[in-house]
Amino acid sequence: MIRSLPNTSLYRNGYRFYVGIFFLFLVLPLVVISVLAFNDSNFIALPWKGFTFDWFFANTDDRVGLFQDEDLVRSIWVSIVTALIMGLLSLGVGTAAALLFVQEKFRGKNFLYFLAIAPLVIPGVILGISIILTSTQVAGGIEKATGWDPEFLSPGFWLVVLGQFSFGATYVMLIVSARLKKFDPTLEEAALSLKATKLEAIRYITIPFLRPALISGFAVAFLISFSNFNTTIFLIGSDPTLPVELFTRIKFSSTPVLNAISFLIVVVISTFALVNLYLDRKK
Amino acid sequence: METKRNRAFYFVLLPVLAWLMILIFIPHIELLVNSFKVDGQESWTLENYTDFFTNRIYWMTLVKTVSYAIGVTILAFIVAFPVAFYLTKVVSKRYVGPLTMLLLVPLWVGELITIYGWMIILGDHGIINQFLIDLGWIEKPLPLLYNDFSMILGLLYMSVLFMIVPIMSTLESLDDSLIEAASDLGAGKWTIIRRIVIPYAMPGIVSGSIIVFMLVIGDYLAPNILGGKSSLWFTEQIYNQFLSTFNWNEGAAFGFLLLLISSLIVWIALKVSGQKLERVGS
Repeated sequence: MIRSLPNTSLYRNGYRFYVGIFFLFLVLPLVVISVLAFNDSNFIALPWKGFTFDWFFANTDDRVGLFQDEDLVRSIWVSIVTALIMGLLSLGVGTAAALLFVQEKFRGKNFLYFLAIAPLVIPGVILGISIILTSTQVAGGIEKATGWDPEFLSPGFWLVVLGQFSFGATYVMLIVSARLKKFDPTLEEAALSLKATKLEAIRYITIPFLRPALISGFAVAFLISFSNFNTTIFLIGSDPTLPVELFTRIKFSSTPVLNAISFLIVVVISTFALVNLYLDRKK
Repeated sequence: METKRNRAFYFVLLPVLAWLMILIFIPHIELLVNSFKVDGQESWTLENYTDFFTNRIYWMTLVKTVSYAIGVTILAFIVAFPVAFYLTKVVSKRYVGPLTMLLLVPLWVGELITIYGWMIILGDHGIINQFLIDLGWIEKPLPLLYNDFSMILGLLYMSVLFMIVPIMSTLESLDDSLIEAASDLGAGKWTIIRRIVIPYAMPGIVSGSIIVFMLVIGDYLAPNILGGKSSLWFTEQIYNQFLSTFNWNEGAAFGFLLLLISSLIVWIALKVSGQKLERVGS
């Protein structure tokens, strides 16, 4: 049944088999994508026709590799910049929200907290459409009243950042709150009694204590932004992020270059996971 | 003392208030307001909603989406529960870390890429069909892609982790000696699972189910990429209104209906299980 109880070998092996099948199900798409990134064929399918790096480096009539494909490279860049800015914004506001909801008492707190965790249960498409409706309305209103067209409110980079931040901050808040609940408030009180202001106490006592949660909060926000599609698609302007660019190609013009970029992402994420595991071990 | 405290309080309150009001509260009010308008008219109207209820394809899609989402949630529980139990209680402790990490890799790689992977696996020239043809078991490729089967597989794949993780975190605190005691007293495996493990894991199961349900009902990529012509998903109707027919008001009404019905189901789930929404996030 469990580790400490004697188990029949049928139970042990049967269970191991089931979990093995499950993990196979989990990694199969990633493995298949990665292998086919090196297939010397113009189609994303078997049979295997030999090994090639064409889908990374080539620049011929019928094969354009990942690093020669300007649109693809630009979309990767757009995604990285978006994720960095969105991550920092979410980190700042999400941490403020954690401090607010864990440490402070005030009227209307329950209602605000409800709004703060609502993005967990609001589908991404709803956030996308309600933000585009609002920004269009507001931009229209401003232009009518002043004649000035607020460009950051029309579909494009800043709207994507804002849209993703609307739920990114929620995740940072939850991660930081979990650690903040373990914080011993007497430390801060000690600082206050030594004439530190509250802001100084937060800056020099609370924030250093929260550091591991801040790092993982930022990482989570970055990754959420980097792979987001459902909200982003409504807010995008002329510069697509990587998921939007990939989606368009999957639907209309897929070549194994899609496998090449997917392979790179799988490698980066797996490295990230291994480093994380190694650091965990060392602790 | 009092003034110092107030300054810090407002320093954290203001950005949070700005976030929640400008990006969450007002946009959803705006969504509701827009759903009662039609283009070029100032007056309020129910037209968008009557459109929804009189067009069979619209409401049928919503009914189908909701019932499939419930089905996938149940399926995810059946698949996930044994895995979560295995990783917390059965497998040797050495392997827990690496296996949990492996579990998270597809999640961080992102839905689009893994869905694309399934598209390659299931296609007519995909891995499975090619393999079966090479073995001589079949002559023509099996229709594995672009139907409800592939869509459900994709939905299950992208959501099952969100069932495993909350169940694992509740099971971690389940004291092994409870199971040992039950076993010593002669309880069989099923009795232990039914009477001890599942009741103990209930908060995790409820959180997991709510997250999976919401992810599935709001998903677009799996139905759109893996589903067939007949596997229309309600989010696809919303996308169409916004991105192809540009009837934003109708789209707003659809969005509001989706939000309403999904909140209703989550609310019922919370009431029936006696849980609070606050716990879902933790």
